[in-house]
Amino acid sequence: MRIFTAAFAVAAGLIVLLGYFFPDQLESLRLLLLDWAIIIAGMAVLVGIFNLIMVQMEKIRTRQKGGTYGGILVIALILTFGFGLILGPAHPYMRLTMDAIIMPVEASLMAILVVTLIYASIRLLRRRVDVMSIVFLSVAVIFLIGVMPTSFAALDSLQQFVVQVAGMFSRGGARGLLIGIALGTLLTGLRVLLGVDRPYGGN
Amino acid sequence: MLSFGLLVFVAVLFVALTLWRRRTPASFRLIDAYERLNRSVGLAVENGTRLHVSLGRGNFFTARGGSALAGLAMLRRLAERTSMSDRPPIVTSGDASLAILSQDTLQSGYRAAGAEEQYRFSTGRLTGLTPFSYAAGAIPTIHDENVSTNIILGDLGTESALLAEASDRENTSLIAASDNLSAQSVFYASAQEPLIGEELFAAGAYVGAGASHEASLNVQDILRWLIILAILIGAGLKIVGAPI
Repeated sequence: MRIFTAAFAVAAGLIVLLGYFFPDQLESLRLLLLDWAIIIAGMAVLVGIFNLIMVQMEKIRTRQKGGTYGGILVIALILTFGFGLILGPAHPYMRLTMDAIIMPVEASLMAILVVTLIYASIRLLRRRVDVMSIVFLSVAVIFLIGVMPTSFAALDSLQQFVVQVAGMFSRGGARGLLIGIALGTLLTGLRVLLGVDRPYGGN
Repeated sequence: MLSFGLLVFVAVLFVALTLWRRRTPASFRLIDAYERLNRSVGLAVENGTRLHVSLGRGNFFTARGGSALAGLAMLRRLAERTSMSDRPPIVTSGDASLAILSQDTLQSGYRAAGAEEQYRFSTGRLTGLTPFSYAAGAIPTIHDENVSTNIILGDLGTESALLAEASDRENTSLIAASDNLSAQSVFYASAQEPLIGEELFAAGAYVGAGASHEASLNVQDILRWLIILAILIGAGLKIVGAPI
Protein backbone atom coordinates (compact mmCIF):
# COMPACT_ATOMS: atom_id res chain seq x y z
CA MET A 1 0.00 0.00 0.00
CA ARG A 2 2.84 2.37 0.90
CA ILE A 3 4.55 1.68 -2.43
CA PHE A 4 1.31 2.46 -4.23
CA THR A 5 0.96 5.74 -2.28
CA ALA A 6 4.51 6.75 -3.16
CA ALA A 7 4.12 5.79 -6.83
CA PHE A 8 0.88 7.76 -7.11
CA ALA A 9 2.37 10.83 -5.38
CA VAL A 10 5.54 10.77 -7.51
CA ALA A 11 3.54 10.31 -10.73
CA ALA A 12 1.14 13.15 -9.83
CA GLY A 13 4.03 15.46 -8.93
CA LEU A 14 5.90 14.69 -12.16
CA ILE A 15 2.77 15.19 -14.30
CA VAL A 16 2.08 18.57 -12.67
CA LEU A 17 5.70 19.64 -13.16
CA LEU A 18 5.93 18.42 -16.74
CA GLY A 19 2.59 20.11 -17.44
CA TYR A 20 4.36 23.46 -17.12
CA PHE A 21 6.93 22.50 -19.76
CA PHE A 22 4.61 20.63 -22.15
CA PRO A 23 1.26 22.43 -21.88
CA ASP A 24 -0.10 21.09 -25.17
CA GLN A 25 0.14 17.48 -24.06
CA LEU A 26 -0.35 17.63 -20.28
CA GLU A 27 -2.20 20.88 -19.46
CA SER A 28 -5.64 19.31 -18.97
CA LEU A 29 -4.25 16.47 -16.84
CA ARG A 30 -2.24 18.96 -14.77
CA LEU A 31 -5.31 21.10 -14.10
CA LEU A 32 -7.36 18.02 -13.19
CA LEU A 33 -4.73 16.90 -10.67
CA LEU A 34 -4.51 20.42 -9.22
CA ASP A 35 -8.31 20.51 -8.83
CA TRP A 36 -8.16 17.22 -6.93
CA ALA A 37 -5.35 18.57 -4.77
CA ILE A 38 -7.37 21.70 -3.92
CA ILE A 39 -10.35 19.56 -2.88
CA ILE A 40 -8.10 17.38 -0.71
CA ALA A 41 -6.52 20.50 0.83
CA GLY A 42 -10.03 21.80 1.65
CA MET A 43 -10.83 18.52 3.40
CA ALA A 44 -7.46 18.72 5.17
CA VAL A 45 -8.58 21.98 6.81
CA LEU A 46 -11.59 20.18 8.29
CA VAL A 47 -9.38 17.32 9.47
CA GLY A 48 -6.95 19.86 10.94
CA ILE A 49 -9.73 21.63 12.83
CA PHE A 50 -10.95 18.26 14.12
CA ASN A 51 -7.39 17.62 15.32
CA LEU A 52 -7.39 21.02 17.06
CA ILE A 53 -10.64 20.15 18.86
CA MET A 54 -9.40 16.69 19.87
CA VAL A 55 -6.14 18.09 21.28
CA GLN A 56 -8.05 20.66 23.34
CA MET A 57 -10.58 18.03 24.51
CA GLU A 58 -7.70 15.84 25.67
CA LYS A 59 -6.30 18.81 27.59
CA ILE A 60 -9.65 19.25 29.33
CA ARG A 61 -10.08 15.51 29.98
CA THR A 62 -6.64 15.09 31.51
CA ARG A 63 -6.96 18.41 33.44
CA GLN A 64 -3.84 19.87 31.89
CA LYS A 65 -2.79 23.46 32.40
CA GLY A 66 -4.74 25.76 30.08
CA GLY A 67 -7.62 23.31 29.78
CA THR A 68 -10.16 26.07 30.54
CA TYR A 69 -8.90 28.15 27.62
CA GLY A 70 -9.10 25.00 25.50
CA GLY A 71 -12.77 24.64 26.51
CA ILE A 72 -13.49 28.26 25.57
CA LEU A 73 -11.73 27.74 22.23
CA VAL A 74 -13.78 24.63 21.41
CA ILE A 75 -17.11 26.26 22.36
CA ALA A 76 -16.28 29.42 20.36
CA LEU A 77 -15.18 27.32 17.39
CA ILE A 78 -18.33 25.19 17.36
CA LEU A 79 -20.60 28.23 17.76
CA THR A 80 -18.83 30.20 15.01
CA PHE A 81 -18.84 27.19 12.69
CA GLY A 82 -22.52 26.49 13.36
CA PHE A 83 -23.67 30.09 12.92
CA GLY A 84 -21.44 30.40 9.85
CA LEU A 85 -23.16 27.41 8.26
CA ILE A 86 -26.67 28.71 9.08
CA LEU A 87 -26.23 32.45 8.44
CA GLY A 88 -23.43 32.44 5.85
CA PRO A 89 -20.11 34.30 6.13
CA ALA A 90 -21.53 37.58 4.73
CA HIS A 91 -24.19 37.96 7.44
CA PRO A 92 -23.76 41.12 9.63
CA TYR A 93 -23.45 39.02 12.82
CA MET A 94 -20.69 36.94 11.29
CA ARG A 95 -18.88 40.08 10.13
CA LEU A 96 -19.29 41.49 13.63
CA THR A 97 -17.49 38.41 14.97
CA MET A 98 -14.58 39.26 12.70
CA ASP A 99 -14.61 43.04 13.34
CA ALA A 100 -15.29 42.98 17.08
CA ILE A 101 -13.32 39.92 18.20
CA ILE A 102 -10.75 38.60 15.76
CA MET A 103 -9.43 41.94 14.44
CA PRO A 104 -8.92 43.54 17.90
CA VAL A 105 -7.24 40.37 19.22
CA GLU A 106 -4.86 40.25 16.23
CA ALA A 107 -4.19 44.01 16.58
CA SER A 108 -3.33 43.47 20.26
CA LEU A 109 -0.92 40.70 19.33
CA MET A 110 0.63 43.04 16.76
CA ALA A 111 1.14 45.65 19.51
CA ILE A 112 2.79 43.01 21.73
CA LEU A 113 4.94 42.06 18.77
CA VAL A 114 6.29 45.62 18.45
CA VAL A 115 7.36 45.62 22.09
CA THR A 116 8.83 42.12 21.71
CA LEU A 117 10.89 43.17 18.69
CA ILE A 118 12.28 46.24 20.46
CA TYR A 119 13.14 44.11 23.50
CA ALA A 120 14.83 41.49 21.28
CA SER A 121 16.93 44.20 19.62
CA ILE A 122 18.06 45.50 23.00
CA ARG A 123 18.95 42.00 24.18
CA LEU A 124 20.88 41.20 21.01
CA LEU A 125 24.02 42.97 22.21
CA ARG A 126 23.77 41.23 25.55
CA ARG A 127 23.47 37.86 23.88
CA ARG A 128 26.04 38.21 21.11
CA VAL A 129 28.53 41.07 20.90
CA ASP A 130 30.19 40.84 17.49
CA VAL A 131 30.67 43.01 14.44
CA MET A 132 27.67 41.59 12.58
CA SER A 133 25.31 42.22 15.49
CA ILE A 134 26.46 45.85 15.66
CA VAL A 135 26.05 46.24 11.88
CA PHE A 136 22.59 44.61 12.08
CA LEU A 137 21.40 46.98 14.80
CA SER A 138 23.02 50.05 13.21
CA VAL A 139 21.32 49.41 9.86
CA ALA A 140 17.97 48.88 11.59
CA VAL A 141 18.35 52.21 13.43
CA ILE A 142 19.50 54.03 10.25
CA PHE A 143 16.45 52.71 8.38
CA LEU A 144 14.11 53.77 11.17
CA ILE A 145 15.58 57.27 11.16
CA GLY A 146 15.46 57.27 7.37
CA VAL A 147 11.75 56.53 7.15
CA MET A 148 10.83 58.74 10.13
CA PRO A 149 8.65 61.74 9.19
CA THR A 150 10.40 65.06 9.74
CA SER A 151 9.34 68.69 9.54
CA PHE A 152 12.72 69.86 8.24
CA ALA A 153 12.90 69.94 4.46
CA ALA A 154 16.70 69.87 4.55
CA LEU A 155 16.65 66.51 6.28
CA ASP A 156 14.41 64.98 3.62
CA SER A 157 17.13 64.63 0.98
CA LEU A 158 19.59 63.37 3.60
CA GLN A 159 17.04 60.74 4.69
CA GLN A 160 16.45 59.68 1.08
CA PHE A 161 20.21 59.39 0.51
CA VAL A 162 20.68 57.28 3.66
CA VAL A 163 17.79 54.97 2.76
CA GLN A 164 19.05 54.64 -0.83
CA VAL A 165 22.61 53.74 0.21
CA ALA A 166 21.54 51.36 2.99
CA GLY A 167 18.83 49.94 0.72
CA MET A 168 21.35 49.20 -2.01
CA PHE A 169 23.30 46.88 0.30
CA SER A 170 20.25 45.32 1.92
CA ARG A 171 18.60 44.65 -1.46
CA GLY A 172 21.76 42.92 -2.65
CA GLY A 173 21.94 40.86 0.52
CA ALA A 174 18.25 39.97 0.33
CA ARG A 175 18.64 38.79 -3.28
CA GLY A 176 21.59 36.64 -2.27
CA LEU A 177 19.56 35.04 0.51
CA LEU A 178 16.59 34.49 -1.79
CA ILE A 179 18.78 32.80 -4.43
CA GLY A 180 20.08 30.44 -1.73
CA ILE A 181 16.54 29.72 -0.54
CA ALA A 182 15.37 29.11 -4.13
CA LEU A 183 18.17 26.57 -4.64
CA GLY A 184 17.28 24.86 -1.36
CA THR A 185 13.61 24.74 -2.32
CA LEU A 186 14.49 23.30 -5.74
CA LEU A 187 16.51 20.45 -4.25
CA THR A 188 13.96 19.77 -1.50
CA GLY A 189 11.20 19.59 -4.10
CA LEU A 190 13.32 17.31 -6.26
CA ARG A 191 13.89 14.91 -3.36
CA VAL A 192 10.12 14.64 -2.85
CA LEU A 193 9.45 14.33 -6.59
CA LEU A 194 11.96 11.51 -6.94
CA GLY A 195 10.43 9.75 -3.93
CA VAL A 196 13.59 10.00 -1.81
CA ASP A 197 11.77 12.00 0.88
CA ARG A 198 8.24 10.73 1.44
CA PRO A 199 6.46 12.82 4.05
CA TYR A 200 3.11 11.45 2.85
CA GLY A 201 3.45 7.77 3.65
CA GLY A 202 6.74 7.01 5.27
CA ASN A 203 10.00 5.67 3.88
CA MET B 1 13.25 24.59 -22.78
CA LEU B 2 16.28 26.10 -21.02
CA SER B 3 14.55 25.75 -17.65
CA PHE B 4 13.55 22.14 -18.43
CA GLY B 5 17.13 21.34 -19.43
CA LEU B 6 18.39 22.93 -16.22
CA LEU B 7 15.93 20.87 -14.20
CA VAL B 8 17.04 17.63 -15.87
CA PHE B 9 20.69 18.60 -15.30
CA VAL B 10 20.01 19.23 -11.58
CA ALA B 11 18.09 15.93 -11.27
CA VAL B 12 20.89 13.93 -12.93
CA LEU B 13 23.52 15.67 -10.80
CA PHE B 14 21.49 14.98 -7.66
CA VAL B 15 21.06 11.26 -8.43
CA ALA B 16 24.75 10.86 -9.33
CA LEU B 17 25.93 12.66 -6.18
CA THR B 18 23.50 10.67 -4.01
CA LEU B 19 24.96 7.41 -5.30
CA TRP B 20 28.47 8.76 -4.70
CA ARG B 21 27.62 9.99 -1.20
CA ARG B 22 26.32 6.54 -0.25
CA ARG B 23 29.86 5.25 -0.66
CA THR B 24 31.71 8.38 0.50
CA PRO B 25 29.93 10.25 3.30
CA ALA B 26 30.49 14.00 3.23
CA SER B 27 32.07 16.13 5.93
CA PHE B 28 30.49 19.54 6.37
CA ARG B 29 31.57 22.79 7.96
CA LEU B 30 30.50 23.29 11.55
CA ILE B 31 27.19 25.09 12.03
CA ASP B 32 26.79 25.99 15.71
CA ALA B 33 22.99 25.84 15.66
CA TYR B 34 22.95 22.26 14.36
CA GLU B 35 25.65 21.24 16.84
CA ARG B 36 23.40 22.60 19.56
CA LEU B 37 20.41 20.78 18.04
CA ASN B 38 22.19 17.42 18.09
CA ARG B 39 23.26 18.02 21.70
CA SER B 40 19.76 19.13 22.70
CA VAL B 41 18.14 16.01 21.24
CA GLY B 42 20.36 13.77 23.36
CA LEU B 43 19.80 15.90 26.45
CA ALA B 44 16.03 15.93 25.97
CA VAL B 45 15.94 12.11 25.87
CA GLU B 46 18.15 11.86 28.97
CA ASN B 47 16.32 14.58 30.95
CA GLY B 48 12.84 13.40 30.10
CA THR B 49 11.99 16.75 28.54
CA ARG B 50 10.38 17.46 25.22
CA LEU B 51 11.39 18.96 21.91
CA HIS B 52 8.93 21.40 20.40
CA VAL B 53 9.18 21.50 16.62
CA SER B 54 7.39 24.37 14.94
CA LEU B 55 6.98 23.89 11.19
CA GLY B 56 5.40 27.25 10.42
CA ARG B 57 2.64 27.94 7.92
CA GLY B 58 4.19 26.72 4.68
CA ASN B 59 1.41 26.07 2.20
CA PHE B 60 2.12 23.34 -0.34
CA PHE B 61 0.35 25.26 -3.11
CA THR B 62 2.93 28.05 -2.90
CA ALA B 63 6.72 28.25 -3.18
CA ARG B 64 6.79 28.42 0.64
CA GLY B 65 6.10 24.70 0.78
CA GLY B 66 9.80 23.97 0.28
CA SER B 67 10.76 25.08 3.78
CA ALA B 68 7.92 22.99 5.23
CA LEU B 69 9.21 19.90 3.40
CA ALA B 70 12.72 20.59 4.71
CA GLY B 71 11.26 20.80 8.23
CA LEU B 72 9.43 17.50 7.73
CA ALA B 73 12.62 15.77 6.57
CA MET B 74 14.37 16.90 9.76
CA LEU B 75 11.35 15.93 11.87
CA ARG B 76 11.42 12.39 10.50
CA ARG B 77 14.99 11.95 11.75
CA LEU B 78 14.26 13.61 15.10
CA ALA B 79 11.25 11.32 15.63
CA GLU B 80 13.49 8.28 15.12
CA ARG B 81 16.14 9.59 17.49
CA THR B 82 13.68 10.48 20.27
CA SER B 83 11.43 7.43 19.90
CA MET B 84 12.76 5.95 23.16
CA SER B 85 11.98 9.12 25.13
CA ASP B 86 9.17 9.18 27.71
CA ARG B 87 8.09 12.51 26.32
CA PRO B 88 7.83 12.50 22.53
CA PRO B 89 8.36 15.72 20.57
CA ILE B 90 5.40 17.98 19.92
CA VAL B 91 4.98 19.43 16.45
CA THR B 92 2.90 22.55 15.80
CA SER B 93 1.88 23.85 12.38
CA GLY B 94 -0.19 26.68 10.98
CA ASP B 95 -1.39 24.84 7.89
CA ALA B 96 -3.81 21.92 7.92
CA SER B 97 -2.05 19.85 5.24
CA LEU B 98 1.26 20.40 6.98
CA ALA B 99 -0.24 19.30 10.31
CA ILE B 100 -1.48 16.05 8.76
CA LEU B 101 1.90 15.42 7.13
CA SER B 102 3.66 16.12 10.44
CA GLN B 103 1.53 13.41 12.11
CA ASP B 104 2.34 11.02 9.29
CA THR B 105 6.05 11.85 9.53
CA LEU B 106 6.10 11.32 13.29
CA GLN B 107 4.37 7.97 12.89
CA SER B 108 6.83 6.93 10.15
CA GLY B 109 9.75 7.90 12.37
CA TYR B 110 8.46 5.81 15.26
CA ARG B 111 7.69 2.92 12.92
CA ALA B 112 11.23 3.01 11.51
CA ALA B 113 12.60 2.94 15.07
CA GLY B 114 10.35 -0.01 15.94
CA ALA B 115 8.33 2.00 18.45
CA GLU B 116 5.09 2.75 16.60
CA GLU B 117 3.03 2.28 19.78
CA GLN B 118 4.72 5.45 21.13
CA TYR B 119 2.94 7.57 18.53
CA ARG B 120 0.11 9.81 19.73
CA PHE B 121 -2.02 11.77 17.28
CA SER B 122 -2.03 14.74 19.69
CA THR B 123 1.71 15.29 19.23
CA GLY B 124 1.15 16.68 15.71
CA ARG B 125 -1.02 19.75 16.14
CA LEU B 126 -2.68 22.41 14.06
CA THR B 127 -2.64 25.47 16.32
CA GLY B 128 -4.15 28.14 14.09
CA LEU B 129 -4.73 29.07 10.48
CA THR B 130 -3.66 32.74 10.56
CA PRO B 131 -0.18 33.97 11.53
CA PHE B 132 -1.13 35.28 14.95
CA SER B 133 -3.58 32.52 15.83
CA TYR B 134 -0.85 30.04 14.95
CA ALA B 135 1.61 31.81 17.25
CA ALA B 136 -0.99 32.19 20.00
CA GLY B 137 -1.78 28.48 19.79
CA ALA B 138 1.87 27.39 19.80
CA ILE B 139 2.98 29.56 22.76
CA PRO B 140 1.15 27.46 25.42
CA THR B 141 3.04 24.40 24.15
CA ILE B 142 6.34 26.18 24.87
CA HIS B 143 5.18 27.25 28.35
CA ASP B 144 3.26 24.23 29.60
CA GLU B 145 4.64 21.04 28.04
CA ASN B 146 8.04 20.70 29.74
CA VAL B 147 9.90 21.73 26.61
CA SER B 148 13.70 22.00 26.77
CA THR B 149 14.40 22.90 23.13
CA ASN B 150 12.34 24.78 20.57
CA ILE B 151 13.10 24.08 16.94
CA ILE B 152 11.41 26.53 14.63
CA LEU B 153 11.97 25.58 11.02
CA GLY B 154 9.69 26.69 8.23
CA ASP B 155 7.77 29.54 6.76
CA LEU B 156 6.90 32.14 9.39
CA GLY B 157 6.62 35.92 9.46
CA THR B 158 7.27 38.47 12.18
CA GLU B 159 4.91 36.56 14.49
CA SER B 160 7.89 34.26 15.05
CA ALA B 161 9.14 36.91 17.51
CA LEU B 162 6.34 35.86 19.88
CA LEU B 163 7.51 32.24 19.75
CA ALA B 164 11.14 33.29 20.25
CA GLU B 165 10.15 35.46 23.20
CA ALA B 166 8.18 32.59 24.79
CA SER B 167 11.21 30.34 24.36
CA ASP B 168 13.46 32.93 25.97
CA ARG B 169 11.10 33.33 28.93
CA GLU B 170 11.20 29.60 29.57
CA ASN B 171 15.01 29.66 29.29
CA THR B 172 14.96 26.94 26.64
CA SER B 173 17.26 26.47 23.67
CA LEU B 174 16.05 27.98 20.43
CA ILE B 175 17.12 26.71 17.03
CA ALA B 176 15.37 28.72 14.38
CA ALA B 177 15.46 29.18 10.62
CA SER B 178 13.01 30.43 8.05
CA ASP B 179 12.76 31.10 4.33
CA ASN B 180 11.08 34.42 5.12
CA LEU B 181 13.41 37.43 5.35
CA SER B 182 11.39 39.11 8.13
CA ALA B 183 11.51 35.97 10.25
CA GLN B 184 15.22 35.59 9.54
CA SER B 185 15.91 39.05 10.93
CA VAL B 186 13.76 38.28 13.98
CA PHE B 187 15.69 35.06 14.59
CA TYR B 188 19.00 36.84 14.08
CA ALA B 189 18.08 39.05 17.03
CA SER B 190 16.48 36.31 19.16
CA ALA B 191 18.32 33.03 18.66
CA GLN B 192 21.60 32.12 20.32
CA GLU B 193 23.05 30.82 17.04
CA PRO B 194 21.09 32.14 14.09
CA LEU B 195 20.65 30.19 10.86
CA ILE B 196 20.75 32.39 7.79
CA GLY B 197 19.36 31.85 4.29
CA GLU B 198 19.71 28.39 2.81
CA GLU B 199 21.14 26.94 6.05
CA LEU B 200 17.51 26.03 6.74
CA PHE B 201 17.72 23.40 4.00
CA ALA B 202 20.84 21.86 5.52
CA ALA B 203 18.90 20.62 8.57
CA GLY B 204 18.39 17.10 7.19
CA ALA B 205 22.06 16.60 6.35
CA TYR B 206 23.19 17.82 9.78
CA VAL B 207 20.83 15.53 11.72
CA GLY B 208 21.96 12.52 9.68
CA ALA B 209 19.00 12.11 7.35
CA GLY B 210 21.09 10.33 4.74
CA ALA B 211 23.10 10.53 1.54
CA SER B 212 20.38 12.30 -0.45
CA HIS B 213 20.44 15.26 1.95
CA GLU B 214 24.21 15.45 1.76
CA ALA B 215 24.04 15.29 -2.04
CA SER B 216 21.45 18.10 -2.00
CA LEU B 217 23.95 20.37 -0.27
CA ASN B 218 26.63 19.47 -2.81
CA VAL B 219 24.29 20.23 -5.71
CA GLN B 220 23.31 23.54 -4.09
CA ASP B 221 26.99 24.45 -3.83
CA ILE B 222 27.62 23.59 -7.49
CA LEU B 223 24.58 25.60 -8.61
CA ARG B 224 25.63 28.53 -6.43
CA TRP B 225 29.03 28.63 -8.11
CA LEU B 226 27.38 28.46 -11.53
CA ILE B 227 25.14 31.40 -10.61
CA ILE B 228 28.14 33.40 -9.35
CA LEU B 229 29.93 32.64 -12.62
CA ALA B 230 26.87 33.69 -14.65
CA ILE B 231 26.56 36.96 -12.70
CA LEU B 232 30.26 37.75 -13.18
CA ILE B 233 30.16 36.93 -16.92
CA GLY B 234 26.97 38.98 -17.32
CA ALA B 235 28.51 41.95 -15.49
CA GLY B 236 31.71 41.64 -17.57
CA LEU B 237 29.76 41.57 -20.84
CA LYS B 238 27.73 44.58 -19.72
CA ILE B 239 30.91 46.50 -18.89
CA VAL B 240 32.46 45.85 -22.31
CA GLY B 241 29.16 46.82 -23.94
CA ALA B 242 28.29 43.42 -25.42
CA PRO B 243 24.59 42.98 -26.23
CA ILE B 244 23.03 40.67 -23.59
